[in-house]
Amino acid sequence: MSAAPLLRLDGVSVQYGSGETAVTALSGVDLEVDRGELVAVMGASGSGKSTLLTVAGGLAAPTSGEVIVDGEWLSSLSPKRMAALRRRSLGFVFQDFNLIPVLTALENVSLPLELDGWRTRRARSAARDALADVDLADRASHFPADLSGGQQQRVAIARAVVGDRSLVLADEPTGALDSTTGEAVLRMLRERVDAGAGALLVTHDARHAAWADRIVFLRDGRVVDESRAASVESVLA
Amino acid sequence: MSVRLGLLAILDQAPCHGYLLRAEFESRTGGTWPVNVGQVYTTLDRLERDGLVSREGDGEAGRALYAITAAGRAEVAAWLASPVERGTSTRDELAIKLALAVTLPGVDIARVIQVQRVATLRTLQELTRTKSATSDPESADDLAWLLLVDALIFQAEAEARWLDHTEARLARLGDRVEPRGLTGVAPRARRTATASVSGTDGTSR
Repeated sequence: MSAAPLLRLDGVSVQYGSGETAVTALSGVDLEVDRGELVAVMGASGSGKSTLLTVAGGLAAPTSGEVIVDGEWLSSLSPKRMAALRRRSLGFVFQDFNLIPVLTALENVSLPLELDGWRTRRARSAARDALADVDLADRASHFPADLSGGQQQRVAIARAVVGDRSLVLADEPTGALDSTTGEAVLRMLRERVDAGAGALLVTHDARHAAWADRIVFLRDGRVVDESRAASVESVLA
Repeated sequence: MSVRLGLLAILDQAPCHGYLLRAEFESRTGGTWPVNVGQVYTTLDRLERDGLVSREGDGEAGRALYAITAAGRAEVAAWLASPVERGTSTRDELAIKLALAVTLPGVDIARVIQVQRVATLRTLQELTRTKSATSDPESADDLAWLLLVDALIFQAEAEARWLDHTEARLARLGDRVEPRGLTGVAPRARRTATASVSGTDGTSR
């Protein structure tokens, strides 16, 4: 394990279109996420939040600047190695869970490992551990349709951190959940991060962003501010 | 809510002396509302005067024991059954500050909002940390404390949402509503700390 940050964005800009109709989605963004760190990104619609996540996950290339995941410069990777990096290092959690409906919870979680060439038995064993970590050991053989929204999102978190994958990219993961269920999912993500993962969480919900160690504010594609949680003192004293 | 009703509601459980009553009140409100013993006894005197409690003679160690009366019981029941009326005061310090700031020429209102947002989010982060350090509550007192932390979290969230809303409203309005100078004061006579902007006509709307 290296001391370098898990994710580093270095002067990242993203522009859509060109000439007079060009739209700047991100402009010179510097950002780091370490292991054991949960970073939230907040901003109004159109501030560049989702673009930031897309670029951090290697799903789109920046117009300029560098994205470095787990020590790998994404711009230097072939499509094949990029796909391998995404399978091995990155996990995505979306608002609508994105589980495969014909696979059980266990199969959904073990799929990325099996795609990466793990033997089925080993992959399933790792998936079982990951499900246990999100308190779903007893739901392993259920299909997504038989799980509640909160349970499905916990399966998605298990899938995002299974194996050696360490960077979770979450886009409004609580958007489809009620208040207490959303909080339970955030608490679970927080626990996975405390256990050594790193996570970048995009949300417009202040109460959910507050689970992060740092909150980064985006406006018009630029980082305008940052809020760092102070050390834990009793705020109620 | 008043300390008076809180103490009365606890006395509804069993007769109590002042020291115990104070300890019960504090632990049942998550330690967020400290009261001193003198305040408790003053309150008990008034409750006795109003016929809501009666002094039951001396308990252990010569401490006066207080018991709730039928009228006191009715008062507690009525309190629990009725909603808390918050009134409609708009004198929230932040709301007033922003309301005033949008009328002042030369104030960077977007900055004022952002500075507040960072502070509000930091408070939310600290409250969330306080909460996340505790697992599921195991006692009624733990639950009471958790409930109070949640209430503060939701208040801070409401403030953050109001700031977002205000920012969006200002963005939508653009330059259509301008800050203004003082009513009835000609621009040449004006002496303000902030630079004046053109277009103010000195009238109020």
